[in-house]
Amino acid sequence: MSPATEDDVDVSHTDAGSRADDSPHRNGTLVAGLVLSAVVLVVAAIASLAVGSRAIDPITVLQSLFSYDDENALHLMVMELRVPRTLLGIVVGAALAVCGGLIQAFTRNPLADPGILGVNAGASFAVTFAVGVLGLTTPGAYVPFALGGAFVLTMLVYILGSFGASGATPMKLTLAGVALGAAFTGFTTAIVLRDHSTLQVMRFWGVGSIGGRTLDQLTWAVPLIATGLLIGLLCARSLNALALGDDLAQALGARVRVTRVLVIISVTLLAGTSVAAAGPIAFVGLMIPHVVRWFTGPDQRWVLTYSLIIGPAFLLFADILGRIVLPNGEMRVGIVTALLGAPILILLVRRKRVSGL
Amino acid sequence: MSIDQKPVTLPDTASAPTAFTPVDHGRRLFRIETSRIAALVSVRAFVVSIVLVVVIVAAGLASMTLGAYEVDFPSVIRAIVDPASDPDIRQVVFEWRLPRVLFAVLCGAALALAGGIFQSLTRNPLGSPDIIGFGIGAQFGVTLVMIVLELNTYMFKAAGALVGGLFTALLVYVLANKNTMSSFRLIIVGIGVSAGLGSLTSWILISVSVEKAMMAATWGAGSLASLGFDQLVPAAIVFAVVTLLSLPLARTLPVLEMGDDAATALGISPGRTRLAAMVFGVALVALVTAAAGPISFIALAAPQISQRLTRSNTPMGTVPVMLTGAALVVVSDAVAQLFAVPVGVVTVSVGGLYLAWLLAAQYARRT
Repeated sequence: MSPATEDDVDVSHTDAGSRADDSPHRNGTLVAGLVLSAVVLVVAAIASLAVGSRAIDPITVLQSLFSYDDENALHLMVMELRVPRTLLGIVVGAALAVCGGLIQAFTRNPLADPGILGVNAGASFAVTFAVGVLGLTTPGAYVPFALGGAFVLTMLVYILGSFGASGATPMKLTLAGVALGAAFTGFTTAIVLRDHSTLQVMRFWGVGSIGGRTLDQLTWAVPLIATGLLIGLLCARSLNALALGDDLAQALGARVRVTRVLVIISVTLLAGTSVAAAGPIAFVGLMIPHVVRWFTGPDQRWVLTYSLIIGPAFLLFADILGRIVLPNGEMRVGIVTALLGAPILILLVRRKRVSGL
Repeated sequence: MSIDQKPVTLPDTASAPTAFTPVDHGRRLFRIETSRIAALVSVRAFVVSIVLVVVIVAAGLASMTLGAYEVDFPSVIRAIVDPASDPDIRQVVFEWRLPRVLFAVLCGAALALAGGIFQSLTRNPLGSPDIIGFGIGAQFGVTLVMIVLELNTYMFKAAGALVGGLFTALLVYVLANKNTMSSFRLIIVGIGVSAGLGSLTSWILISVSVEKAMMAATWGAGSLASLGFDQLVPAAIVFAVVTLLSLPLARTLPVLEMGDDAATALGISPGRTRLAAMVFGVALVALVTAAAGPISFIALAAPQISQRLTRSNTPMGTVPVMLTGAALVVVSDAVAQLFAVPVGVVTVSVGGLYLAWLLAAQYARRT
């Protein structure tokens, strides 16, 4: 097996090597950047409440939040349609970005995205099974299937990746995830290609969306994602040690196996819940932590905190863009994230000085 | 190198220590030595290759018995070797089913070699020709041709796949190239371009009628059905040429895996090797995609499976890797016929499950 780590180490090195990590100046810059990102997120959230096929001015938006009047049609629109949508965007954006940061640190692989442990494949298969074989058609009915499928397949990946004396090493988990993920993708395609009605559902579900949910449909997702975020952020320090390799991490006092299990639990909660709530939204989990790391350097505490803020901001902007970009109708957020994110990522990677390999 | 060389000589065990300095390669090897060339062949790789050939032949013959028209095993063999056998059976077996099996061998070998090239090039087990966006580009091209331009013949689809794939690969290469080429930037740009094009394809698919979406989705699964000798001959010629040209990569790419500086010091030009690897890798994938659509996962799985079977230290290799890919596709195509699904659906499932089993077996042994 050829090591996948060098790219990652190389990149972080260019940032960390030139500037001492613990200098007060650097931390000051990072804190300032974090405050700026938080402001951007707040702006994005307000814009997400205001922008749409019917534009609502920000004053009315704030009024509907703080002095709600159920006679006012605009207030109703904000509270019933746009608040759930914005909340879901924030929660899912944070979940995907932090989850991506965790999985990239965990597997030490810059190619890793939350789908790598089979979360998306498991959820897609379970939803396809529900639609194509069991014949369920109401959108709300998919949620438990998506959640269950994501969890079950991740468990299978973990079990397969933990065979042998060395336990669940990142490389074994990655390959196990790819192998099982591919197998289940195949089963999904086999079911989808059987009849038109399944394809009809799956082609829409397969492109993530955060629109059309009510607040009740969110309440189950928030605690799951909050737990996942908490566990993930608590693992940040240990992940820093793990980046040096298992032996050195152990010598430095990190509990390697405990950290691994906690990260897996966190990733499963985050990715599984977000795919169940919004469908598989492409690219956020891959791109945000990656780009963040170029700015913050390799310290996972910063990477994850920044991802937590920038992930939702990016997702909300993508969603807003999707609402206004077409003359009629909306472009689903799962499409916009990739269309918007790809040029940004390419532009950034071209600007960056990357050492030749 | 001339062909008429002395027969292969195996080292005499008694005189071996004195004949050449014994180097511990960490695995059992035997030495092929002629007056002009000498090579070390891993015993394990040799045995694995023989077994794979047997699997390919057996699965190929079995797959030729399957189909709407039942042909039993002896009749299949008779139809292939004896031109004077029952013309109906010969028509079915020789004209219809044999090219399909040969195509499966060819596609598997080409994809596996391409996968080995890209995994070695990117030093990443997840690196596959898809990192340069070819598969996604081809799918986008075909979706445009089939759904937006409404041209639905084999030639137009093949052309759409080729143009879309090559254009995307070129785009990725140009965007990733900035004075020097870095594998890292290539991967990131490839991911970006693929994600963008993939979402454009999904957008087209959710904006049209479900019937049209189904057509594109079916092509996207990859199928070997309805391919005949007419398509096989040109494909085989291109395959042979590209494979021969890429043979030197089996030696140079593993060296490049040690890094540009080490490779340069060992007399290998990193830039030229990398460009050659990408051109040949893309050519192999293009060949398969144009003929059969994107047969997924072989390029990813075959090098990894072969590496584990032969206990090699690089995903790049020629004969065992290509045979692994061929065996995977031939077996998958036989299964695909049993369940009446496109072969790409099965390659993903079979390849995935097999890779999973192989990993489990490997890990369990290391306890």
